[in-house]
Amino acid sequence: MATTYEISLRINGQETLIAVDASWTLAQVLREQLGLTGTKIGCEEGECGACTVLVDGQPVNSCIYPALKASGRHIRTVEGLAHDGQLHPLQQAFLEHGAVQCGYCTPGLLLSAVALLERNPHPSEAEIRRAISGNLCRCTGYIKVIRAIQAVTEGKQRPVSGP
Amino acid sequence: MALEDYVIPSSVEEALATLTSLRGQGRVIAGGTDLMIQLQRGERKARSLVDITRIPGLDVIKQEDSYIVIGAAATFTRIEQSELVRERAPILAQAASWVGSPQIRNVGTLAGNVVNAQPAADGAIALMTLDAEAEIANLTGRQWVAISSLFVSPGVSRVDANTEMITAFRFRPQAPRESSAFQRLARRKALALPLINVGVRVLLDAEGATVRDARIVIGPVALVPFRAREAEAALKARPIDAAVIAETVEAAISESRPRSSLLRASKEYRRELIGVLTRRALLQAIAGARG
Repeated sequence: MATTYEISLRINGQETLIAVDASWTLAQVLREQLGLTGTKIGCEEGECGACTVLVDGQPVNSCIYPALKASGRHIRTVEGLAHDGQLHPLQQAFLEHGAVQCGYCTPGLLLSAVALLERNPHPSEAEIRRAISGNLCRCTGYIKVIRAIQAVTEGKQRPVSGP
Repeated sequence: MALEDYVIPSSVEEALATLTSLRGQGRVIAGGTDLMIQLQRGERKARSLVDITRIPGLDVIKQEDSYIVIGAAATFTRIEQSELVRERAPILAQAASWVGSPQIRNVGTLAGNVVNAQPAADGAIALMTLDAEAEIANLTGRQWVAISSLFVSPGVSRVDANTEMITAFRFRPQAPRESSAFQRLARRKALALPLINVGVRVLLDAEGATVRDARIVIGPVALVPFRAREAEAALKARPIDAAVIAETVEAAISESRPRSSLLRASKEYRRELIGVLTRRALLQAIAGARG
């Protein structure tokens, strides 16, 4: 029998006490226990980045991240990006630049981009490409995604502020 | 995944005691970027995981006496970004920058890379090139052992993660007239294991004309990260010229035993690559050592 642990996670700014099984991944907790299905499950082996969330500001693959490892950490998911009915500047830019097709990779790409711009508000194109290199998109490609991120860094969108 | 417990010890002693009480059913986890997948696929088994990443001090990156010390829980991202590593052991910063993806590097550790024992592990190739040692902690105490002694076969490490753990790595910072270089080719620039990777370290004489000491390490061309000793011998104690470089490269090719892989590359292609990448790494390291 797996042991159940009570842990506290700060999810999108909100302190959350939950009971998790030793074998659960962070992605399972987010999707199945908390209903935050914006975090997608793709390859389930850390290759595609669809499950990307931020742990203490850093992108991680939540599908191979043990839930218990996240205990006490600050987790951010795509659900936490918009505020007061207003999209995050990167979400707005993705929308305006058509950086979305089927949308499955979008939450992960957004969170990788958020982490980049919070650390480095004016990245070069090479830095942008590197920051999203762990996120696979199989339909629209990456050019529009890069243009959308650049629109934010070049001030054509509202700038990105911290969490 | 039939995992029953997940333990987060706050000291190395507690981690070892926990492993002991689990009688071989527990396993050390650091970042878990390889282990979680292996557990999900049933390639490795563990009833309990012992997460060492919250042990205070285990994520240190520092210079101590004549060594650079890197704690077992330091992530690839921190190693890649460390000024100390970039300046005094650039090959390790370069190798760290190639591992997986940002998401993997934010979580994965050098210790996991070594214990996972893949012959082409970028971190392991760099550590071998640096003649690094690992501190192994188990019930008998702690001891420093050469990295090169830790690899048995693909996926099999001399470190028994059911009973013991790596706590740190150490190696000498780059000396004057010494430099190292890392070369790698993969199908793409992220999330791809290398077709071939090569680490080279050279120490030149005062005039920068002769190689006094060299390390040439290549993966994946054997069951373990491979030290090309014949190539090192061809390079040493002779004035550096085109003929010596060519001989060194030839030796590296002829003593390597790459395999054909349907996913990555044929052995013939890999042999060509060993030549190209060894030459590039050699020239880069020599240029670096000459300053």
